[in-house]
Amino acid sequence: MAQMNMLHAINNALDIAMDEDDSTLCFGEDVGHFGGVFRATSGLQDKYGKLRCFNTPLVEQGIIGFANGLASQGSRPIAEIQFADYIFPAFDQIVNEAAKFRYRSGNEFDVGKLTIRSPYGGGIAGGLYHSQSPEAYFAHTPGLKVVIPRNPYQAKGLLLASIRDDNPVIFFEPKRLYRASVGEVPTEDYQLPLGKAEIVQTGSDITLLAWGAQMEILQKAADLATNDGISCEVIDLRSILPWDIETIANSVLKTGRLLVSQEAPLTAGFASEIAATIQQECFLHLESPVERVCGLDTPYPLALEKEYVADHLKIYEAIKRSINY
Amino acid sequence: MSSELYNDGPVVHKPTFIDGSSVEIPELKILKQNGSVYEGSDMPEMDEALAVKVYKTLAFHRVLDERMVASQRQGRLSFYMAALGEEAASVGGAAGLKSQDMIMSQYREQGALMFRGFSLENFMNQMFSNEKDLGKGRQMPIHYGSSELNYMTISSPLGTQIPQATGYAYGQKLQGLDEVTLCYFGEGAASEGDFHAGLNMAAVQEAPVIFFCRNNGYAISTPSDEQFRGNGIASRGVGYGIKTLRVDGNDILAVIKATQTARTYALKENAPVLIEAMSYRLGAHSTSDDPSGYRTREEEEKWQANDPILRMKNWMLLQGWWDEEQEKSLFETLREKVLAAVKVSEKIDKPHIDTLITDVYDVPSRQLTAQLEQVKAHINKYPEAYPFTAGKF
Ligand SMILES: Cc1ncc(C[n+]2csc(CCOP(=O)(O)OP(=O)(O)O)c2C)c(N)n1
Repeated sequence: MAQMNMLHAINNALDIAMDEDDSTLCFGEDVGHFGGVFRATSGLQDKYGKLRCFNTPLVEQGIIGFANGLASQGSRPIAEIQFADYIFPAFDQIVNEAAKFRYRSGNEFDVGKLTIRSPYGGGIAGGLYHSQSPEAYFAHTPGLKVVIPRNPYQAKGLLLASIRDDNPVIFFEPKRLYRASVGEVPTEDYQLPLGKAEIVQTGSDITLLAWGAQMEILQKAADLATNDGISCEVIDLRSILPWDIETIANSVLKTGRLLVSQEAPLTAGFASEIAATIQQECFLHLESPVERVCGLDTPYPLALEKEYVADHLKIYEAIKRSINY
Repeated sequence: MSSELYNDGPVVHKPTFIDGSSVEIPELKILKQNGSVYEGSDMPEMDEALAVKVYKTLAFHRVLDERMVASQRQGRLSFYMAALGEEAASVGGAAGLKSQDMIMSQYREQGALMFRGFSLENFMNQMFSNEKDLGKGRQMPIHYGSSELNYMTISSPLGTQIPQATGYAYGQKLQGLDEVTLCYFGEGAASEGDFHAGLNMAAVQEAPVIFFCRNNGYAISTPSDEQFRGNGIASRGVGYGIKTLRVDGNDILAVIKATQTARTYALKENAPVLIEAMSYRLGAHSTSDDPSGYRTREEEEKWQANDPILRMKNWMLLQGWWDEEQEKSLFETLREKVLAAVKVSEKIDKPHIDTLITDVYDVPSRQLTAQLEQVKAHINKYPEAYPFTAGKF
């Protein structure tokens, strides 16, 4: 065990992955000698050489196209997109190519060894293009896995699982927590399961669900509600796609209430998918409408960021609304 | 690591434009239409056996295209794309490679797969999307692929295979393999951002990839002067720092020579090569297209006189490696075989219902399994509405 922040944990996971398999590569904009603008790939070029850890030209569709080719060849690419806001030039290579590679070829070829890492999310005064949470765009794409950790321990275990998973995985890293979130992390190799939610706190009155950086905010709201005598079950979804319907549904069957919170805008966000599914699975057990506490349906603003975000007070109010319904 | 910028050009003291005309792009031609060879030509490495194989592949290509376009018109096939008039580009490219090299293509390069030995049955099963199709009947006709033959499965989005080829070739280099990747695309696809991405990354990342552009004058109805204003695609290679060759795409000897030379260079230098093969799309873009709406008969006739298959035949006759008797019997046999294969493949069953959800992931997710069960229960309720699958699971 060692104290690590989330960047250390990610760097440590990449180091383990590159050490165990000579065909594992890390690349992207500024990833090489400099170690990435957030320093997630720090030291890897020194250790594994320029052929395995390198800068690419500034072209996201190229980075992911290149990574698709590498993965189909049998290498294990870990591609970095500098900010999730800039993943859209590669949308075609992800949605039309990576996600459909195995299916369309009848399993003659696949890019299962591909992992795409990208810092996502707001709370850093990043304005429109350093704050987005694009997971719902990818959740609509069969063939992909989408994973988001909430702290250093989760980040390392889930990233190692993503790298070794035999499907293309998009791994979104909550950049607000890169340095802010510090915790005990085993220095040795371990994995956390993909497709499994984690019950972080058990409770009986309401199920509170979020992922990534939003977990911290959800927990704060849960603490406020606990002071009011409300027993909250707090769950980290961890995997957006495929997602763990069973764990969420079982929790809601018990509590009868569900609140989902996400940083991304409300309309067609992933919370909508969860709400619709749980409404169907748990219809007779629901005692109040499913609450969604999300970003507004606007681009991510700079000056009014505090008003825009789904903060703990907005969540706290929604918990009370649900309980008092 | 270096950020040095250098300029070897002359220094001027008045604004002085440069343009493409300052770069003259030579076009490699070896074979004349009458079958004779230009004096002083560097011949490709090719013995009689290889020449016969290449010629038979060209013939197979021509016959398959003619028969399948006809089959589509009869309503037996949903869709087809022929490569009439530009078969030498795909067959010649494959003939200039080694069998371990990866080929990534756009869709008009069936010839490369034919050269690699993809069976007539495999072609048919893909086109009729039956249960014997390697692709499990999921993609439209002509989207072939074969891992055994190192031919990457084709997909419809244009240009996407270009940066993928760079990555594939980089992996080959990293593993120290004696392999290159050859990537085909049309001059229309070269306008996509992925072309820029793939070529620039190949140069910077030093990948042994051969970019092979088929410049056939049209992208569906769009003539090339509405596609770009530079000197074709070749002029761009220079800008990326890529060794570039332009070749007569209807001259099979020139195409093979260009590809062999490119392969040697790419492997030795760990660097990309761009080949632009000049040709003409003699047929319609696909069976859904009618070219009479956007070009003249005279233009087509000019190019008909440039037939690459006839050109190679003339050369084979002069070499004494072929005669009219062989010609007649080859084409007759091919036509019979193709027709017979159509009749067999169109009767083979559709893929099993379970293949709806396999290969989305390495193993189907629980959601997918549940969805399949729902579909099956539904089919059992309305079997007459689902004649291909009802009663078969
Ligand atoms: C990204 C994308 N845009 C548009 C299309 C539709 N489309 C299919 S073929 C084609 C023309 C391609 O022309 P070219 O690359 O010159 O190849 P050719 O058909 O001449 O062999 C177009 C526009 C597509 N398949 N993919």
